[in-house]
Amino acid sequence: MIVEKQTPMREQAPDVRGRNFDEVPFGYSEDEAVFEAERCLQCKAAPCVGGCPVGIDIPGFIEDVKHRRFAEAIARIKRDNALPAVCGRVCPQENQCQGVCALGVRFEPVAIGRLERFCADWEAEHEPCCPDVGPDTGKRVAVIGAGPAGLTAAGELRKLGHAVTVFELLHEAGGVLMYGIPEFRLPKAIVRREIDTLCRMGVVIEVNKVVGRVCTVDELLASGYDAVFIGTGAGLPRFLGIPGENLNGVYSANEFLTRTNLMSAYRFPEYDTPIKVGKRVVTVGGGNVAMDSSRTALRLGAKESIIVYRRGEEEIPARAEEVHHAREEGIQFRLLTDPIEFIGEDGRLRAVRCLRMDLGAPDESGRRRPVPIEGSEFEFEIDNAIIAIGNGPHPLIPQTTKDLDLNRRGNIVADPETGQTSKAGVFAGGDIVTGAATVIEAMGAGKRAAAAIDAFLKGSAR
Amino acid sequence: MGGVEGVYKILKKRTLGPEIREYVVEAPDVARVAKAGQFIVLRLHERGERIPLTIVECDPQSGGVTLVVQEVGKSTREMGDRFHEGDTILDLAGPLGEPSEIESYGTVVCVGGGLGIAPLYPIARDLKRAGNTVIGIIGARSEELLFYEDRMSAVCDELRVMTDDGSNGNKGFVSDPLREILASGREVERVWAIGPAIMMKVCSEVTREFGVPTIVSLNSVMIDGTGMCGGCRVNVGGVAKFACVDGPEFDGHRVDFDLLMLRQGYYAEEEACALERYVKGSAEGAAT
Repeated sequence: MIVEKQTPMREQAPDVRGRNFDEVPFGYSEDEAVFEAERCLQCKAAPCVGGCPVGIDIPGFIEDVKHRRFAEAIARIKRDNALPAVCGRVCPQENQCQGVCALGVRFEPVAIGRLERFCADWEAEHEPCCPDVGPDTGKRVAVIGAGPAGLTAAGELRKLGHAVTVFELLHEAGGVLMYGIPEFRLPKAIVRREIDTLCRMGVVIEVNKVVGRVCTVDELLASGYDAVFIGTGAGLPRFLGIPGENLNGVYSANEFLTRTNLMSAYRFPEYDTPIKVGKRVVTVGGGNVAMDSSRTALRLGAKESIIVYRRGEEEIPARAEEVHHAREEGIQFRLLTDPIEFIGEDGRLRAVRCLRMDLGAPDESGRRRPVPIEGSEFEFEIDNAIIAIGNGPHPLIPQTTKDLDLNRRGNIVADPETGQTSKAGVFAGGDIVTGAATVIEAMGAGKRAAAAIDAFLKGSAR
Repeated sequence: MGGVEGVYKILKKRTLGPEIREYVVEAPDVARVAKAGQFIVLRLHERGERIPLTIVECDPQSGGVTLVVQEVGKSTREMGDRFHEGDTILDLAGPLGEPSEIESYGTVVCVGGGLGIAPLYPIARDLKRAGNTVIGIIGARSEELLFYEDRMSAVCDELRVMTDDGSNGNKGFVSDPLREILASGREVERVWAIGPAIMMKVCSEVTREFGVPTIVSLNSVMIDGTGMCGGCRVNVGGVAKFACVDGPEFDGHRVDFDLLMLRQGYYAEEEACALERYVKGSAEGAAT
């Protein structure tokens, strides 16, 4: 007899969690995990594996969980995924493994993400599993950027026996996992633990190293690195380009989240970096970053935290779970609304003027294009605005690397299968290539590039 | 955790004036490549904020990077009180920003106000090396707050030294001799003006009258210093620019200084609260 619904995951009540930065869901107990694992049909086709950008042996690890072989389960996951505690929490599983789950045709799919998270958390409480490292190849690889793409590439290359050094410009490794995704969705201790595993494997991480300024990619190659992987992400915040955007009180989502997450501004003045959040905060955008920003604003004391998004409910690009959590916490949604001006008083933000929108014919993204309704202008008072409409490629490496082909958006042109760029020995992957996407897609690109770099290094050895 | 920690040791520390200190910090990678006009970001300890500081001088031999810090807030006070020669700073990243455009222009005027004298010095030095005739103007509120008079006079063909209160015998603002020089009809190809926003604004207004291109260095509030937060955005000729990656130097005639000053003041309340808390904590610590 098949259990039709997923085993629910216990979580903090919305009215409690809206005021703290602790993680929202608690995770499965062993019994809950086993119960959920028993729902898996163990179908031969295993479409879930194909739905996973890093190709985890999903039926295999679920079978392990079912038989309470938790150590085996996590070891099996880690063969393909260097950051399972992260992916179990932030992957859009509904569009990936769970989206193609055979059980999901008639019932709720197996809660693969929750099971992955369970295994990673189980490991943290028991024996840490450190993947095997191959014999030393004598080859050295430089990885630029310690985010999901770079860390994955580093882990894979190290497993193959190459010496790997990761250069990170911030003072802490993790990239968007540290500065972007909030504590309540991805505790920083978990990210540090995953990075620690890489360090135990022998990956060297040098923080505060601003490649592009302190040295160039060519200088890395000249100084003895046999290959370079660029995973510098989409770090350049986009703004709306509307009047009043430079007023005090208007933040980019990057600044708002970096202050809160990387710099722990939510613990000011115990920590030195301040942040300012007034009574009513508007977040512009409809992606995961917008959900993270609006939920963070709530936790920092906003009485009203409002999402303003120019398209409709159907078009919201954020994960369903994030939207659901945001709504539960009382985040308001003003859809089909487009800000056209921020209005200030004495240099400080006071209000936002918006247009109401209607949905027209589909645009190039396949989503219906928002069209302004004439004469629909209205304004309302706000204390802060957070612009979460996406990020462009981090410009430092593209600007400072010779002979590196870029597309018209400034992203590095790289082969999607291998990450090979226009420059010999230089590979790239993740958001710096694709534009802002997901953690797991960047990890997939890092993994594919690592395989290509390995082949390149073996070729160059001959 | 999460990386190899650098060892950024304080090689030298000396006091230049009341609450103004000069540090030489060991950061060989930075010292090897940094150029005039660039800056670094440092973080003192685990709970610290990221502090952008313009580089004064680098010694590739010793790996030392010279910085001048005015103790205006909690973090800079703490640095002055608790970080001594031989101690290490947790994080230091750089060089950041675009270098100054050092060329042979002819005659240039380098104007430094207050702490702005520190970043001005290497620019004046390199302009001199590039063959320019360098006229220096430096100033501060009072004589005790003046520093680097010796270093500036060593690299300038002429040096004017002003104080707001006349305590060095030369009362006035740095913009006064600037106007005098330009009004005298001397050919000046370019002006650098670095200091408090209001001083850069006034100097830029003076040079605008005479049509002399003017470079200013903007110290807006920033977090990462590499183009990621956008907190340092400034309006230059109607376009939003990031001081950290597009600057820190910009055309002074196109900068919206009023916006810069407003943005610099956004956290005044929090800064005051942090400083008060620190001073109170230090006093209690001293009492026990």
